[in-house]
Amino acid sequence: MHYSPAPLHIPENFLSIMVSVICWLITASVLSMAISRTNKSLGERQVPLMGVMAAFIFAAQMINFPVIGGTSGHLLGGVLAAITLGPWAGMLVMTAVIAVQALLFQDGGLLVMGANILNMGLVTVAIGYGLYRGVSGGSRALKLSVAGIAAWLSVMAGALFTSMELWLSGYAKLQIVIPAMLGIHALIGVGEALITVAALAFILQSRPDLLGENSESARGSRGWVIAGGLISLVVVFLSPLASSDPDGLERVASDLGILGSGQSAPFEILPDYTLPFLGATPASTVIAGIIGILVVGVIIVLIGQGMKAKS
Amino acid sequence: MHFDAFDRYHESKSFIHRLDPRVKVSMTLAFILSNALLPDGAWSAFACSWIFLLFVNLFSELGFVYSLKRSFIALPFALIAITVLFSVPGEPLSTFQFLMWNLTITDAGLLRFISIVIRSWLSVQMAILLVATTRFPDIVHALEHLRVPSILTTIIAFLYRYLFVLADEVFRLLRARESRSASAAGSRSGGSVVWRARVAGNMAGQLFIRSYERSDRVYNAMLSRGYAGHLQTMSPHELHRVDYVTTALALILILILQMIGRL
Repeated sequence: MHYSPAPLHIPENFLSIMVSVICWLITASVLSMAISRTNKSLGERQVPLMGVMAAFIFAAQMINFPVIGGTSGHLLGGVLAAITLGPWAGMLVMTAVIAVQALLFQDGGLLVMGANILNMGLVTVAIGYGLYRGVSGGSRALKLSVAGIAAWLSVMAGALFTSMELWLSGYAKLQIVIPAMLGIHALIGVGEALITVAALAFILQSRPDLLGENSESARGSRGWVIAGGLISLVVVFLSPLASSDPDGLERVASDLGILGSGQSAPFEILPDYTLPFLGATPASTVIAGIIGILVVGVIIVLIGQGMKAKS
Repeated sequence: MHFDAFDRYHESKSFIHRLDPRVKVSMTLAFILSNALLPDGAWSAFACSWIFLLFVNLFSELGFVYSLKRSFIALPFALIAITVLFSVPGEPLSTFQFLMWNLTITDAGLLRFISIVIRSWLSVQMAILLVATTRFPDIVHALEHLRVPSILTTIIAFLYRYLFVLADEVFRLLRARESRSASAAGSRSGGSVVWRARVAGNMAGQLFIRSYERSDRVYNAMLSRGYAGHLQTMSPHELHRVDYVTTALALILILILQMIGRL
């Protein structure tokens, strides 16, 4: 059976034990919240639904399309799961998918599973659901465009979180890992956005009742809008900052005591280091980041309009 | 497609196969944790861990180097750690220019890189042995015993059960796309990247609707067979004396590994 590993899965023991444990703690607390909410609001009918939907996300990740010269785009599915199933159920479904990938295919590991669930299951769902709920009253084109932007941002957020975890483990330099990871995933994210938008457009066209505002999502949606918006803002501001001004982040991390002593000042080797394409001051790089997001947003909106016109 | 097409399980009656799945899952976790705790460059401890692993291979009657052979599929992952080479301060070994980066490989970076790859590689092999000697439903059942919330284990059990059904669905969709995408030799078929992505998206949407409708049928079928909110199992899963003895022995060996690593 052909199974190609996805790039965001951190392999076993590729994070320091401290970072793995912290990520597991965050993931476990969010998941326990998700479980208690789901147990409260869902009937027994929803459990088989969530199970089959988890298999759907897993199978949907196998649908690929050729991009350029042998590379192919495929789905991560966090945003699609969030919009179709709601936030808590979406998180549980993504968790099950990541757990099976680690257990059965050794794609990702057990100790680092907390980090993998956090990066690919929790953050993506929060962004996807939060941003989508924010425009739930809007037109179809607006909803699809926002879903596309959320899908792109969710992949970027996963890449950013992965980079930060590698850096906190002392296994990577921010100046290298952030531009490299975000650069690759900016492209992967466009594929994710396109498939997510097209899939949603298809579902809205043929079975709009499945995306109806179910009772679970109507309540507490403001909290999700805020959470999703906040995480998106963190991604937009932190990515350019972290790659151009790692000293600031380093200071914050060592003040908080997150950074182990073993990896003190990992960038001393390259003291006069600058990223030519991002400018010199933090302010200008944040602005550059926002401009970048806006450009991608406009492109996705235009593509969304194009798809709407065609379908 | 056959239901176990995704499964890595190998039928056998070996010593390891007969152990309780709880023991196997928790000992795999303990071994992975032990690898994570070994310090950089603890070569003798890494070697002993590998010997430990070879013996588990032997006792599971899969062949002495079964897990070694299987672990190579997971090797490209080493790429993700390549930045370690340049990230640890130490004696510079070699410097080169890559794109806009001036990269220096240090001895400490090299030491850490090799250590990370070895730790990961040993851990991956033990996980490979776990799924090769334990049926997946048993692993899920063990997770339930180990206090993983039942809603999660139930979703995982369903995911495993319907994975092959939906994978078949995907292959039908992919085959339909293939058969409609004829191309003359030498010329490229299909539209722009956006068009291709839209086709893939429509396929995902189609798959979603089919899965959703299937989950309805699944639920009704289960209901009519007496489903009352949780999955039943036929295997009793009792811990025997051999399970306790093996657990104690494995834990002692792991402790010795840790001591060797800290000498």
